[in-house]
Amino acid sequence: MSEKTMSKRKMEKRIRAIEEEGCKYNQIKKPTNVLFNIFLAILSLICVIPFIFVIIISITDEESLTMNGYRFIPEKLSLYAYEYIVSAGENILRSYGVTILVTIIGTLIGLLLTGTYAYTLSRKNYAYRKFFTTVITIPMLFSGGMIANYLIVTKVMMLKDTIWALVLPLCLNSFNIIVLRTFFKTSIPDAVVESAKIDGASEWRLFFQIVIPMALPGLATIGLFLTLGYWNDWFNAMMYMDNKDLIPLQYLLIQIESSIDWLANNKATMGVDGIAVAANMPKETIKMAIVVISTLPIIFAYPFFQRYFVNGLTVGAVKE
Amino acid sequence: MRANTKKAEKPKGNFLTRLKANKELLILSMPGAVWFLFFAYLPLFGILVAFKKFRLSGDGFFYNLFTSETVWFDNFKFLFSSGDAWIIVRNTVLYNAAFIILGVVIPVILALLLNEIRNKGMMKIYQSSMFLPYFLSWVVVSYCVFAFLNPEKGYFNAIIQQFGGQPISWYTETKYWPFIIIFMSQWKGMGYNTVVYLASICGIDKTYYEAAVLDGATKWQQIKYITLPLLKPVITILLIMAVGGIFKADFGLFYQLPKNSGPLYPVTNVLDTYIFRALKTSGEIGMSAAAALFQSTVGFVLIMIANKIVSKVDNENALF
Repeated sequence: MSEKTMSKRKMEKRIRAIEEEGCKYNQIKKPTNVLFNIFLAILSLICVIPFIFVIIISITDEESLTMNGYRFIPEKLSLYAYEYIVSAGENILRSYGVTILVTIIGTLIGLLLTGTYAYTLSRKNYAYRKFFTTVITIPMLFSGGMIANYLIVTKVMMLKDTIWALVLPLCLNSFNIIVLRTFFKTSIPDAVVESAKIDGASEWRLFFQIVIPMALPGLATIGLFLTLGYWNDWFNAMMYMDNKDLIPLQYLLIQIESSIDWLANNKATMGVDGIAVAANMPKETIKMAIVVISTLPIIFAYPFFQRYFVNGLTVGAVKE
Repeated sequence: MRANTKKAEKPKGNFLTRLKANKELLILSMPGAVWFLFFAYLPLFGILVAFKKFRLSGDGFFYNLFTSETVWFDNFKFLFSSGDAWIIVRNTVLYNAAFIILGVVIPVILALLLNEIRNKGMMKIYQSSMFLPYFLSWVVVSYCVFAFLNPEKGYFNAIIQQFGGQPISWYTETKYWPFIIIFMSQWKGMGYNTVVYLASICGIDKTYYEAAVLDGATKWQQIKYITLPLLKPVITILLIMAVGGIFKADFGLFYQLPKNSGPLYPVTNVLDTYIFRALKTSGEIGMSAAAALFQSTVGFVLIMIANKIVSKVDNENALF
């Protein structure tokens, strides 16, 4: 009898503790917490340090770099690499411009195409909804592959060495459409569409004046997906771009890199010519500075990216 | 009964009236549909190249396609008799298998740790740090890695030499690369996957845990009997879908990270890099098209099987 009341009182005490301290009651012990924190802190450092290291190298003095190699605490600092980019790095700045241009044009076209297509798929009374859903499903399952795309883009559409070869292949994809369609479905009530129709609004007005303003967070998510995709793209440039005036930043980094490879591979056989080539090569610090300036915009936009990416991830996970 | 009423709701009338009723929405979905026609469906003709003795120069793609000699499966025979094919397929499948297993284990553990730590402010910082590598392109990552692995100036060789060891020529020694590639793939992807699992964990009903605490369950028991079982559907779906993509390799990881270094091909050559090099360097269009078609076909079969299994396990989460 007394045992039962004891356990009952114990139970009540527990309930009260939970109610008073909320989730605090159900927490891990302090030492465990410290252990977890140390582990997570080390992992976090491993994730950010490589990029910080690149920043440090880019502001190291070129001579102390040649003497000591890459160091976390350089002997001497210098902003020479950045001064060089601003004053003499014509092709670097042009590449920066190309990347910005491609990103802006691509994101705008991509948003328009994704937005219109996804919206029609979200409308329940659209008679061809099934058909157009199939149109985007098949490419997710079976694709022509790299060679087929290359042949069509270069030999049929004749886009090689034009800016459109960098813009068009990336502007639309099934995944973005599905994410945005789900967003339209969950954030725009049928009642809004119906009442607008009853008021006599045309489909155009409905889409551009009512739906788009309501769907801005979803469009922002897709916009950021697209922006990141364009900014970081080097593959399309590698496939389709030989035009020296239209080299985006990421591809410029590859080109500088592979000429270094060439130097390393041909060290033994290289004569005077090789040395001349080597003298004209961008220096280590300048290369690292290009890496930094090409990533800086992403770092600045990082808070937005993170927020909307998480949104997009969770929205995209909801099906139908 | 229900099917009947559903049918009755469908818009009646012939093709033309239906077209007219949906005219505006149809126009809205046109730009996207045209894009899919050009960038997803037209390339399907490119598949035929795999059965042809195709030449690049000449009077347009389609003219070449239909006039070039049909060699049926010669390209495939050539591909599989070269001996390279098996190494490439082995590399692709084994690396992806490692990525799939680690891509579940590491992020789930991290999500659990992040969810349990007491200081939620730090949780945000850890999460942001671990998400950062996801936003960097493989080109930028390859520079970050090069800062450590550079044979002459790199940080690792400096440390090795400090302890009296011999410097390692990282970009020619194959034995380190399976580890480096697997490590870097997880380094870049774990933040993203952790967010996915963390979102699922946050979605679990808190009352389960409250009830468990009342019953005197320890933290470990809560994870074992509540969190993990409730995560199981998400894990299963992501796992099976990943198995469907086991024939696709992340091109940047295998091409940019090892800096396309020849001596490393035995451990870095995968289907995608092989196809790219066959197209761009050696110009063997037929053979690389054969490899691409092989990849697409096996990928298609695997996705269909994976989807079949998913719909058996949990119909809600099937792709189609």
